[in-house]
This record gives sequence, structure tokens and C-alpha cells, in this order.
Amino acid sequence: MRVLLRNPRRELEVPGPVAVHALLERLAINRESVLVIRSDTLVTGDAVLQDDDVVEIRQVISGGAA
Amino acid sequence: MKCRRCKGPAVIELRRHNAGFCGDCFVHHCREQVRRAIDEHRMMAAGERVLVAVSGGKDSLALWDILIELGYSVDGLYLGLGIGEYSASSGDHTRAFAARRGAHLIEIDLPTDLGFDIPNGSRAAKRVPCSACGLSKRHLFNQAAVDGGYDVVATGHNLDDEAAVLFGNVLRWNIEYLGRQLPVLAAGLGFVRKVKPLVRLGEREMAAYCILRGIDYIVEECPMAEGNRHLAYKEALNDIEERSPGAKAAFYFEFLEKASHLFQATADATRAELRPCSSCGSATPGDTCAFCKLRARAGAASS
Repeated sequence: MRVLLRNPRRELEVPGPVAVHALLERLAINRESVLVIRSDTLVTGDAVLQDDDVVEIRQVISGGAA
Repeated sequence: MKCRRCKGPAVIELRRHNAGFCGDCFVHHCREQVRRAIDEHRMMAAGERVLVAVSGGKDSLALWDILIELGYSVDGLYLGLGIGEYSASSGDHTRAFAARRGAHLIEIDLPTDLGFDIPNGSRAAKRVPCSACGLSKRHLFNQAAVDGGYDVVATGHNLDDEAAVLFGNVLRWNIEYLGRQLPVLAAGLGFVRKVKPLVRLGEREMAAYCILRGIDYIVEECPMAEGNRHLAYKEALNDIEERSPGAKAAFYFEFLEKASHLFQATADATRAELRPCSSCGSATPGDTCAFCKLRARAGAASS
């Protein structure tokens, strides 16, 4: 599957099927800091992503503070 | 995973609540959390005029949307920071949201209206960019609220923001800041009441709310914020949260309940020493307020 990451923007190819939790673990991404979006739809950690899916892993941590 | 409320398929899991939600029930959850925060902390009353500080990011646009949906009289205030493409894009996202919701947006542009931008101004004033930005926002949001006759300024600070600030203040035992870290700062001394209605919601929830509501927010991070301490604190707290869901909420809300009052006297004493800035009249501990100093140094550097 094609996996899009942002900040910085980059793309990865990852073989499916794989559960969202397992994908995040494989990429060493903290699941508290991202949302996973498949074809414009949010998916939960137990969802299984297929080989032909296009997936965005969107960082949600933001902000500067004085 | 099933939605806790309607038992339909869930689209988001909130481990802190040990629950999943479908799209509609999640939007309901977010609105209820904001309603509860407003009620619990007596943030604002029906009929009051609210000015929400908007940046084009997920938190402030979600807050504006939720306050409109809850029936508040709320206008937006956008501050152009002069940070190149980032500011251009964040302004576009904000204007598009305002137009879509038919909401009133006030705009202040730092370079045009105040004569400096954050990258150059912070350099001239020898402040880190996030510090110069935060200082400018606090001053100009308050001034705009006073000028516009608003009763309250609402900001999009969420649970992660508050937990990270608390973490930083505790690491340094910054007593004065701990005494001021409240979801509501009362009006007085020329300050309009400030409220943080998103304190019961995390960043992940705010981003999900925007996606589910079709709110097009600026996803890219501010280039000036890269590598700052606040982001490092958030990452550290998320590492703890992953192992212990609910840790961030417990850290912040237990502080409010059990410890916040211990630091009030110091914060009150500092506030009692404030006097009007000789230049703009805003309350300040010195002769000239920090914003006027920043503006003078930035202006001198650019002239």
C-alpha cells in the first residue's frame, strides 16, 4: 500500500494486509500522536489495511508556545 | 470496534475513555466536552459576545465551529504573522472557513498594521520566535477584544497544550506561571476574560473533529516552531500516554483540583504589582510592556 506521511511530507510503500496498530508499530509511530486515514475516512487501530489501499498517517501534534 | 454510544462501526478509538465512536457520535462527544468545560468553569454565559482567536489550524477552527453550533455569538480574529507561505496558507484556510460558516472574521496583519513580522521581529528582540509570537497574540487579541467590546476571548488551547505547558512549568517549578495556568482567567486591569473551552479534548480529537466535519485546516506545522521545547514535552507526554492511557488528563485535571490553588497567592501578588504601560496602557510589571518593547526593537531593526 501507499503510505503518505507529513511534516515532513514523504511516501512509503508497505506490503498489506496489515492492521493499523501493527503498521504504526512497524514504523515506530506513537498512536497517540496520529490519525490514520484511508480514502478520506478515519480508521481505528484494529482496521486491516490492504495492499491496494492509499493511507495517510497524519501527525496531530502541533503548536509553538511561549 | 463499535461505537460506545450507538453500537455502529467506530471510526476513532479514544483509549483515554476506553471507547470508540462513529463519526456522528464523536462530533456529539466533542460538543458535549466543550459544553461541560464551559459549564464547569463558568467560562461564558448566553448572550455574551465571544471573540475566538483563530490561526487556520485544527484547534481554533474546530473551536469556532463548536461554539457556533452551541449557539454562542462568536466572531473570529486572525493575526497574520508574516511567516511567508505558512501565513499565506493559514490565512486562506481561516477565510475559507469563515466564508463557509457565514461567520464574521476580523484580521490584523503584523507586517502591514504593526510594522514587523515574527521572523525578523523575534530576531531583533532576541526572543525565540514562539515567544515573540505568543506575546504578540496575547497583546493583540486582548486589544482587539477591548476595542470591539467583546466580553470574552476564547483560545483553542487543548488538553495536550495545557498538559505540556504544565509539564514545562513543573520541570522548572515556575510558581508564578503555575498560579496562572487556569482554564479561565478573569477580566480586570484592562484584560478581557480569557477562556480555553477545549481543555477536555486532546489534539487527536480536534484533528478528527475537523476531518469528520469537513473543516479544511492547515496541516503543515509552523516552520518557526520546529524543534521547540513545547513540542518535545508533548512527545514525552504521548510516550507516557501510550503506556498509560489517561495519564495526560489525570496530570492536568488533578493539578487543577489538588494543586493549582497552592500557587494562586504568588500569581495574585504579581498581578497586584502591574501598572499601565507608559506607551500603550496595557498592564505590565515594568514601565513599558513586553509587546511595546518587542515592537520598538523590531521597528528599529527594520528602519
